Amino acid sequence: MEGTVRGLGCSRRARGLNCGTFGVLQEIFGSISTADGSALVKLGNTTVICGIKAEFAAPPTDAPDKGYVVPNVDLPPLCSSRFRSGPPGEEAQVASQFIADVIENSQIIQKEDLCISPGKLAWVLYCDLICLDYDGNILDACTFALLAALKNVQLPEVTISEETALAEVNLKKKSFLNIRTHPVATSFAVFDDTLLIVDPTGEEEHLATGTLTVVMDEEGKLCCLHKPGGSGLTGAKLQDCMSRAVTRHKEVKKLMDEVVKSMKPK
Amino acid sequence: MEGVMRSDAKICGESGTESSPRGLGCSLRHFACEQNLLSRPDGSASFLQGVAEKSREWLIRNTCEAVVLGTLHPRTSITVVLQVISDAGSLLACCLNAACMALVDAGVPMRALFCGVTCALDSDGTLMLDPTAKQEKEARAVLTFALDSVERKLLMSTTKGLYSDAELQQCLAAAQAASQHVFRFYRESLQRRYSKS
Repeated sequence: MEGTVRGLGCSRRARGLNCGTFGVLQEIFGSISTADGSALVKLGNTTVICGIKAEFAAPPTDAPDKGYVVPNVDLPPLCSSRFRSGPPGEEAQVASQFIADVIENSQIIQKEDLCISPGKLAWVLYCDLICLDYDGNILDACTFALLAALKNVQLPEVTISEETALAEVNLKKKSFLNIRTHPVATSFAVFDDTLLIVDPTGEEEHLATGTLTVVMDEEGKLCCLHKPGGSGLTGAKLQDCMSRAVTRHKEVKKLMDEVVKSMKPK
Repeated sequence: MEGVMRSDAKICGESGTESSPRGLGCSLRHFACEQNLLSRPDGSASFLQGVAEKSREWLIRNTCEAVVLGTLHPRTSITVVLQVISDAGSLLACCLNAACMALVDAGVPMRALFCGVTCALDSDGTLMLDPTAKQEKEARAVLTFALDSVERKLLMSTTKGLYSDAELQQCLAAAQAASQHVFRFYRESLQRRYSKS
């Protein structure tokens, strides 16, 4: 499956005091041929690749008509010198939890769509997000990569045969997932309650006194308002962030639609 | 900083303070606080209100880091240990309140106090402050905020579920109003404690 590259052309870091410019966003669909769906996202220098593998599993006993979506964010030592090899550090765990919350809150996929046979068989989508280059704003990049990869996933048709009660997979007939909403994350770096920089680089994040991430879907509904401590924000400043997030959502959605459209005729 | 062993610091020794049950205009549940109930640590507090997940720890830690004046104590590590005794909803907010009271009890210099408030929005859009576990489960969205005591600014926020921008502002305003009760309770609780000694 060939990949398609499109970019949003706004130059990153022509920094004035009105820091409202975003980094150049590029997406490449279908870069991993062995995965059921994949996407590579470059947000300025920050690069995240998401690969999705679909496997069979028994559905949970308390929800027999639901499948699973299991995200995992990996920040390996190759992306930045601040990470060591070994068990996942705190930042990776927090990012994984964040992505899990976004999937849960935004209802990006209805888990019922992943069920093949209630109580017996369901799909589990393992979403592995690996950062290849860490230059700040990892949460935005991970959310874009996840959304793009999910749009790219094609699941084969599965039928449970009557005689053997085993699953029969028809690899020739594949269908895309039903993506219900398109959550887009916008992150800000807060400096001493006065200055807000959108889409911070690694250096800006390091110097910031706080960060804020807003995840919005296309109807303007918020899936997540993640502000892990840091200096305080007034209600008015929060309102500014919301309006910035709305414009951001429109840009990203446009880019994604272009890429998907360019891939459709096969 | 050396820990001071107080012989009278038993759990039943220090009587805590309690807030009045849901009064007019305030829909927070009854809360109570006891301080200095453990003898070994430098400061301790138990906060009773109406995971050992890394994510929650990260949120609480960053909130504490924002208010604690760390530059006054270089090369010092402050460990905050939170033990959940019972969970009846609004757990993160309760943890934040306990952390703040414990830091005050330990005498750690802070630039402001902070408190946690939880809001839940049900499917009609009705706002509930300080929801119980049952209300949290049935709610469409649950928003937890940490607000500082000086200007009621938003220090930390974590949310679950879908909600609109207008609802967010509504919840934030309600949380800011409710935080006044919590800060008043902190003040009364400390006054009560220090008026004895």
